[in-house]
Amino acid sequence: MTVTKYDQQMGFFIDMQRCIGCHACEMACAECETNGQESMIHIHYVERAVSTQTTVQVCMHCEDPACANVCPADAISKDEFGVVHTAETSRCIGCSNCVLACPFGVPQKQEKAELMMKCNMCYDRTSAGKKPMCATVCPSGALFFGTREEIELKRPDSVPVDTFIFGNQEVKTKVKIMMPKGSNYLKVH
Amino acid sequence: MLKLFQTLNKVAFIKATIAALAVVILVFIGSRNLQNFDAALITYLFGTVFAVFGIAYRYSVWLQRPPTRLYWRRSMQFLFSKDFLTYATRSIYLLFRNILFQRFIAYRSKTRWWGHFLLASGCLISFAITIPLTFGWIHFTLEPGTYDIYNANFFGFKVASFELGGPISILAFKALFFTSIPVIIGAIIMMKRRVKDGGLIATQSLDGDWLPLVLLIAISVTGLGIGYDYTFLEGRTHQFMAVTHAITVILFLIWMPFGKFFHIFQRLAQLGANLYKIEGSKRGMAVCPHTKAEFASQTHINDLKTVTKELGFDFTLADGTNHLDLSPEGKRSVLAKAHFEARKASGKFFG
Ligand code: HEM
Ligand code: SF4
Ligand code: SF4
Repeated sequence: MTVTKYDQQMGFFIDMQRCIGCHACEMACAECETNGQESMIHIHYVERAVSTQTTVQVCMHCEDPACANVCPADAISKDEFGVVHTAETSRCIGCSNCVLACPFGVPQKQEKAELMMKCNMCYDRTSAGKKPMCATVCPSGALFFGTREEIELKRPDSVPVDTFIFGNQEVKTKVKIMMPKGSNYLKVH
Repeated sequence: MLKLFQTLNKVAFIKATIAALAVVILVFIGSRNLQNFDAALITYLFGTVFAVFGIAYRYSVWLQRPPTRLYWRRSMQFLFSKDFLTYATRSIYLLFRNILFQRFIAYRSKTRWWGHFLLASGCLISFAITIPLTFGWIHFTLEPGTYDIYNANFFGFKVASFELGGPISILAFKALFFTSIPVIIGAIIMMKRRVKDGGLIATQSLDGDWLPLVLLIAISVTGLGIGYDYTFLEGRTHQFMAVTHAITVILFLIWMPFGKFFHIFQRLAQLGANLYKIEGSKRGMAVCPHTKAEFASQTHINDLKTVTKELGFDFTLADGTNHLDLSPEGKRSVLAKAHFEARKASGKFFG
């Protein structure tokens, strides 16, 4: 077995408002070996008819992941570093519960393989102290992986936030979103 | 696993006890009050009864989880509906395609399918042979008055007879030799993936992923050892071969309810998931309020709202609608829009 050297000082900070829709991360994601050359990152126009805004979404690695809770096959697990792993291949029955319950719209179902796959923060890289593929190529700073000090220096007017509100539900995540200074959460609706 | 036993689950315990007792009763009936029971297989029998208890226990605990219970209830409801014939035919087709032949794995990769198919088929055929033998359901007798005609008896009734040394006798007595070969080849193919694939190397564990493969090879090799011993060594090493084989098999049996091998039983739920999808789309699709496109069955969305509530999540919005009404793309879009609005409200789009 390989020695795991997960660096808990390093964090993932995303800022979809900076995404320019260049798809570089999508190409980089397909290089990740933990998802078998399949790109897992989501990047698309938000409302093509009325705006050019694009967005990027990685798995947020929730503290209490809805995906793992709704999985009837116990295929999704969270490890001691807080990383929520992709489906265990011998267990996942491809039911899509996780795909439809994840509040961030992250997991993807491979229809023919009857298997769910999702971002696991490039576990092959992050478990060895390296950055996830997408964050190493993002040219606009929408995806940043590094220490909290680094991001605070880079974005003096922003603050990393790990709380999201979806109606009555509050969701806390390992991956943080960059919000205007003074914010404590992002209220989605 | 420890957690499982610290808080003993009464329902599961009762069901598991019934299952284990049922096996013991079937052993008595099938072996005609142990008359046809092969005493040399007693350790295997104990191992199997323990495995049945463990599997039934874990299966029952598993079925009590809200999402699993819902899938189970729905599968039964859809199967035993007015469309019984359609769904029963469909289930049998899928049983062959997805369970016995595991064809869906081929879409993950061809070698992966070959590896698994060989290993799983070898195992399943071996079970089909060894379980009835261990339970004393099948036993062989010499046809009275002859010295080379064998009878195979099932539950004490003669079902076949064949000549010793003929093709059927070779198949019957050497079957486990033929099934151990694919298990070894399949396990080696799966191991090869585990040494070469960077993703697997990063995520695999010794007990979760390697031990099952090592154990399968150990069972097959020690099994072949018994045959090697009586074919070439005149039984001189029989004790050693028999004991090592028994140890590996019993380890496998008692580990079955806990480790990776439990997936053999869990995977049947895949049939339920398949039926659920078919019936769900018949009942009508959900349309995403953001993308305006169909994305899942409305039944599935409604069921998930119930299940998430049971699990302590509440995605209900102020206007009475639900965050789960949105498709995955819709969810990502509303989040991006909210982020944009928050930035806009702060007076600065970047920062
Ligand atoms: C009966 C139907 C079975 C089905 C549908 C099934 C399904 C699966 C699936 C989907 C995987 C994941 C493969 C992958 O994509 O990597 C898997 C892995 C595995 N299965 Fe099965 N399985 C079955 C029976 C068995 C049996 C009988 C055994 C042997 C006792 C077995 C042993 C294994 C092992 C050891 C792995 C892990 C392979 C690895 O990842 O290294 N399976 N199974
Ligand atoms: S973002 Fe979605 S997929 Fe990722 S951990 Fe949370 S619920 Fe699971
Ligand atoms: S698709 Fe797989 S991982 Fe997702 S909930 Fe269903 S069984 Fe679990």
